[in-house]
Amino acid sequence: MGNGTSIGKVRGLGSSHHGPHHWLTARVTAIGNLILMTWLIVSLVLLNDYSYASVSGWLAKPIAAVPMILLVVSVFYHAKLGLQVLIEDYIHEPGSKFALLSALNLAAIGGGAFAIFSVASLALTGAA
Amino acid sequence: MLVSILHRATGDGMALVGLAILVWWLGALASGPGAYDTFLGHADSWYGMVVLIGLSWAFFTHMMSGMRHFVLDIGAGYELDTNRFWSIASPIIAILLTAALWAYLIWGRG
Repeated sequence: MGNGTSIGKVRGLGSSHHGPHHWLTARVTAIGNLILMTWLIVSLVLLNDYSYASVSGWLAKPIAAVPMILLVVSVFYHAKLGLQVLIEDYIHEPGSKFALLSALNLAAIGGGAFAIFSVASLALTGAA
Repeated sequence: MLVSILHRATGDGMALVGLAILVWWLGALASGPGAYDTFLGHADSWYGMVVLIGLSWAFFTHMMSGMRHFVLDIGAGYELDTNRFWSIASPIIAILLTAALWAYLIWGRG
């Protein structure tokens, strides 16, 4: 904590200390979501049918696998930020808040990793 | 007020339900035809359709209010009439987009 300049007196005193970064990454991932979800919906609409052969054949190609992996990163990041605000707004007991935020981090990273690995294994080994 | 509540409800709803289904879908695809058919059996049932239509409505609603946020973020759209118009139009456009998507999926392609 500084005691000289005016910025030094207020630095670190924000409500959550990470407001601008959280706010900005929410917007950046929102733009990613908008582009990638549009891609996903258009792609699904254009598929002839939703049989295993059609969908796995489509997703195994790089032209679909890469945007799907990017979508998982963008959407999971954005969802993690949104659920974090929900927890911060409604859970006020510090221990519970810490536990829930930790669980959220594990779930977001774990779920995202599982989804990315699934797409990669489909793309790299061919349809199972 | 309503748009704000809808934005949070649809966003957090998709984060909890939608992402679970996305992970299930991708995991089933990677696991092979048996697992995928199990997924499709649920997705293609009446309750699966209710969930999928609900998720698509949540997506379009969140997308519309999210784009409204972008406009407000750059400092535009705060005039009372404009603000009120888009707060009402956003969720209505979202319902129309949801209806258009499913109408096309169900009846649009022969």
